[in-house]
Parts: sequence; C-alpha cells; structure tokens
Amino acid sequence: MNYIQEFRNPEISKIILHQIEEVSAQLERKINIMEICGGHTYAIFRFGINNVLPENINLISGPGCPVCVTSQSFIDEAIEYAKLPNVTLCTFGDLVRVPGSYSSLSREKSEGASIEICYSPMESLSLAMNSPGQEIIFLGIGFETTAPLTAALVLEAKSRGITNLSVLSAHKTMPRALYALLNSEMVKVDGLICPGHVSSVTGYSIYSEIVDNLQIPAVICGFEPNDILQTILMLVQQIRSDKAKIENQYSRGVKKEGNILAQKMMNRVFMPVTSYWRGIGNIPASGLEVAEEFNSFNARQKNSVAVPPERIIKGCICGEIMQGVKKPTDCQLFGTVCTPQDPQGACMVSSEGGCATYYKFRE
Amino acid sequence: MAKIIKAHGSGGQYSRELVRDIFLKHFDNQALAELSDAAILPLEKGRIAFATDSHVIQPIFYPGGNIGKLAVAGTVNDLAVSGAVPKYLSCGLILEEGFDLEDLEKIVLSMAETARLTGVKIVTGDTKVVGHGEADKIYINTSGIGIIPENVDLSPKNIQIGDSIILSGNIGDHATAILLARENFTVHSTIQSDCHPINAITEKLIREISGVRVMRDPTRGGVVTVLNEFVENRNFGIRLFEETIPVSQEVMGVCEPLGLDPLYLANEGKFICIVAREEAVKSLELIQCFDRGKEARIIGEVIENPKSKVLLRTQLGTDRVLNVLSHEILPRIC
Repeated sequence: MNYIQEFRNPEISKIILHQIEEVSAQLERKINIMEICGGHTYAIFRFGINNVLPENINLISGPGCPVCVTSQSFIDEAIEYAKLPNVTLCTFGDLVRVPGSYSSLSREKSEGASIEICYSPMESLSLAMNSPGQEIIFLGIGFETTAPLTAALVLEAKSRGITNLSVLSAHKTMPRALYALLNSEMVKVDGLICPGHVSSVTGYSIYSEIVDNLQIPAVICGFEPNDILQTILMLVQQIRSDKAKIENQYSRGVKKEGNILAQKMMNRVFMPVTSYWRGIGNIPASGLEVAEEFNSFNARQKNSVAVPPERIIKGCICGEIMQGVKKPTDCQLFGTVCTPQDPQGACMVSSEGGCATYYKFRE
Repeated sequence: MAKIIKAHGSGGQYSRELVRDIFLKHFDNQALAELSDAAILPLEKGRIAFATDSHVIQPIFYPGGNIGKLAVAGTVNDLAVSGAVPKYLSCGLILEEGFDLEDLEKIVLSMAETARLTGVKIVTGDTKVVGHGEADKIYINTSGIGIIPENVDLSPKNIQIGDSIILSGNIGDHATAILLARENFTVHSTIQSDCHPINAITEKLIREISGVRVMRDPTRGGVVTVLNEFVENRNFGIRLFEETIPVSQEVMGVCEPLGLDPLYLANEGKFICIVAREEAVKSLELIQCFDRGKEARIIGEVIENPKSKVLLRTQLGTDRVLNVLSHEILPRIC
C-alpha cells in the first residue's frame, strides 16, 4: 500500500466532497469547524480544501502550532541561557527565528552565541558526549508529539550517566488549553478536527471532556486531503444527527489508548505545571516541567538566569488568531510590518503557524 | 596522509607541484598546459554566454556527486539553459589549511570527468589556501564561456500565452539527498542527488525544436522560484497541474513527514523549458530519449489570466497561488 497517493486520489476526493455537499445541505445553519493543528491548516490550504467546501461550512484555525504558543519570555529566557559561559543551546530550527522581546536566537547565533539546530532531541545527546566541559541545553518545545522525545532524551542521558545535558522545558499539553478555549465561548465551534500526531501519543481520552461536557463532535484526522475531507464528512454527519462523540478517521496512525510507552515516559520525566500560552494567557496544568526526580537534567535547576521583562509587540493579534476569533488577514501588521523575513510574532515563523500559512498561500 | 599546507597557495615549489600533480594531470589540455597568466582562446561565430558560480556545500561528498562535479555541472548548466554550447571553464579554489590532498584529487578528478562528459575544457585556474578554521574545507568558483549558435535567442520575452511548460525530470532529489547526507540526519534512503550536466539534452533541443522560448535550471528556490521570475511584471501567468509534476516516491516519502515541498527544493540536473504548444509533445519526446530525461513531463501552460501569477491546479480542481518563498524552508516540528 502506498501511504501517500491513495490518500490524495482525486476520484475519491470527489466522492467524499459530493457526500459532504449532500449532508451539509440538510443543515439548517452555517457551522464552524476548527482544525486544532497547524499541520492541518497548512494541508487545507496546500490542497485547496478551503475552496471546495460548501458555503455553510466555515473552517477556523486553532491553537495547535507548537512554536506559536511558545511565550516570548521563553525565547528571552533561552537567550539568557545562551549567554552563560560554556553553554550550547540545542533547538529545533523553527524556534531560532522567533522574535523574543529584544532579540532572537538566530540573531544571538550570528553574534557568536553557541546555538545548534537539531532535527531530533537525541542529537543533543551526542553533542553532550562529544563536548565534555560544555553544558548542552535542549530547548523542549511542542505538544504531546515532541514531549515523549524529550523524555526519552532525559531517560537515555540518565542511564548513560551523562552530566552535561539538561532540558529547558516549554512543553505544553493539549487537553486543558483546548477545553479552556472551547469553554470560553469566544468562538462557537460546532466540530473539531483533532490533531493526528498528538492523538497517536495520547489516544482518544484527551477529548472525552470536550465531547461529553461541551457536546462538541470530534474526529481524529490524518494529514492528506482525503483524510481531511473524510473527517469533515464525519463531523458534518455527527452535527446533522445532533450527536457528539469522538471518532477516529486516522486509524492507520492512532489507537484508542494511544502510545502507552510514550505516555509512561512523558509522565515519568515531566510534571504538569501552569503554562503561559502566547496571546492566550496562563492555563493551569497545561505545561510540562521536568519532574524533581530529574532535577539534574533541568536547566532551571542547574543554573538560574534573570529574564528581562517581556515586551509585548504592539498590534500583533496572534492571541485572537490562535483562538479562532480572527483570521491572520484581519491583523494590520499582516504582510506589511510582519512578514516571514521580518516576523513580529511566532505565527509568522513556523510552517505550522496560521499567519505563515496565510502568507505563503496568499492570493 | 598528505594535507594542504599554506605553502600550496604561495606560488612556490609546493604550488607548482600541486598544479603539475593534480590539476594538469587531470584537466589535461593545451590551453592550461601553457601555464601563462591567461588562457588564450580562439573566437568562434555566434554570441558568447558567460556565467559564474561559487560552490560551497556541506557535505562535500554526497550520494550522487561531490563539490567538484557540482562546480562543473552547475556552471555548464547555466550556460546550457542560456542556449549556449559550453566551451571553457575557469576553476578558482579556496582551500582550508589541513584539507586532505587525497580528497582534493578525488574532487579534481570528478571535475575532469564531468568536464569531459560535457565537452568543456578547464583552461585557467587559481588556488588560494587560507588558515585552518578560516574556510570550510574547500570552496570552488567556476566561470564558464559558451557559444550561442546563430539564430538562437532564448529569453523570457519570447514567452507567449498558450505555450507549454516542460520539466525535464523528477524534482527535489538534490536537496533531499544533501539534507539526508548531513551527519545529524539519521534517516537512511537510496536518494541520490541529480547533480549532472544537462547540456547534451539542451543542445539537441535547441537544434531540433524551433519553438523553444526560454530555459532555466531550477536550482535554489526550485521550480516555483524560476516560474515566478518568468511571470513577474508580465501580462500573462502560468498554471501548473499538480498531478503531472514528477516527484519520486522516495523524495515524497522524505518531504511529507518533514513538511517540505519539492516544488521549492533545489535541483542540480534538471531544466524547465517553455515551448510553443504545437511543439510541446515533440520536445517532450526528444527529452525523454535521454536517460536523464525519462521522467520529463509537460507540467503546465502559459495563461492569459491571472497575470503575473503562478497557479497550481490541485488534484481537487482548485487553483492556488505558488508564491516565492521568502525564507529557508525548515522541517516542521510535529
């Protein structure tokens, strides 16, 4: 089986689209469907799905871009760590271009700070082993997709007795933030396209409160056009029959219980903490800090730095965009002051960021 | 193992030995053997095409090529898509002190082989050595001269509404091969860079097809960047058809999880050619006769509206704009 072409087969797309049209014609009102994940936003634009849906289905982008929700003060904090002697920061590439309050990691790097870009957290392990005397700090960002990788890094470092590696964690978890957002009534969401990759780790359970308490239909979705179309069909069918349940369209990647090994590692290495979501605010139990048992791998426990006060960028409406209240094109900075060359907010940096997606696919 | 030392760039005995034992040995031709300050070359009929390119790449050896092959093919291809028959190259080397002489010879040998394949002669050169840490192993600049036959005049100004767009083969191979060849990437694949001279194909094409309007090689920035250059400030646009764009399964398999789009990735052995619609099929068949043109496809057409834009007709039948990328593509996080 080919895992890409079948899910892009235009003949199948047309059949699903026709079914969506039939079912949505029976709806009595316009509905809002939120794709939580920035990867879905990108795929929807890339494959032109936004242009083929019936008019009464409105797609809204949610808060699911790991770089976008990372607070500006985390960048400021990372920059302070980069200034310490004998420290090398190891980070995913997207993060280096995100503007902090006064600088960015890429600017610090060009001015001589030791900052390495990696594709996998495990690269920081070999960096640590090859650089005795140098403290390697891995910047842990991302949701349940990347947190288990950081956890695996810490466990591996511990079992190998490595002492010059630590994690500066800004990891976040989806359930509390999503619930808070959907419960806020800032935006009326009739159905959720749930992130396939996050769900492959967490399983279905993180959506049960949303489905049970808020009565919002939810479908876990893959990333190819036919995945997304089928998910929209499943949501529209639930909405029409006035049901709210969790369904799994992405069965080739997601099991009901998720990835138990990854969950165990994550739960062992991290503890839940209140976390600040950029543009949204503090949400209890929505972040992950390195647990006390692993203090010797927690950069904040090994060294403390003074972080300068955060300077908020005027005019940037990323918060409202990530909450689905506004679209990137509603922002007065979009495409003028704020572009991928000179991003004002993180949403314009990451390929999963709403603003970057809108900019790339602008008409 | 012998290493490059500063004296190799000093002009003294070491420099002479380097020239004799490596460059003259492999680049073997009369113009170079004179070892004078400038190569003296005969004039030919037609117009001269002149191109230069500096090559820096990490890693310097990668699946499908190395910096030497790239340095020759890169400049030859720039001449070839200009409609020229490539004739002469220069070779300027900047070497880092401590660079392995054996590696240098491998690179020079590869340059010589590629030059032979294309029919160009490397007729003049220069070598400088900088201190350890002042450069990354080896940088190569090549400049090239080619002769444009009489009656050949390729230019974006020739493009007409209704013309067809041909792509000479699978895209994204070079960029993906390089990405995976970097040490920190632990994905294994069989993807090879497409780094290769294309002048045999382009020379035949311009000899036999009168309706060739313009050609370009989609290196950095990929296919989308080249096509946007064609339509910028012009009274036409371009539409591509998603299902016709040739991408290998392997490249797609790497690009999808990383969030990379092959339309924006660099190629080093492909060209885009705009031809009159009535000659499109003949041109395609001609390109497909070559081993390195087997995957060639007609991927789009020049359209009247919208103007100055490149559109992609997706498999769902919708159009979306292909904008030029404003920054380097980075793999996505999750």
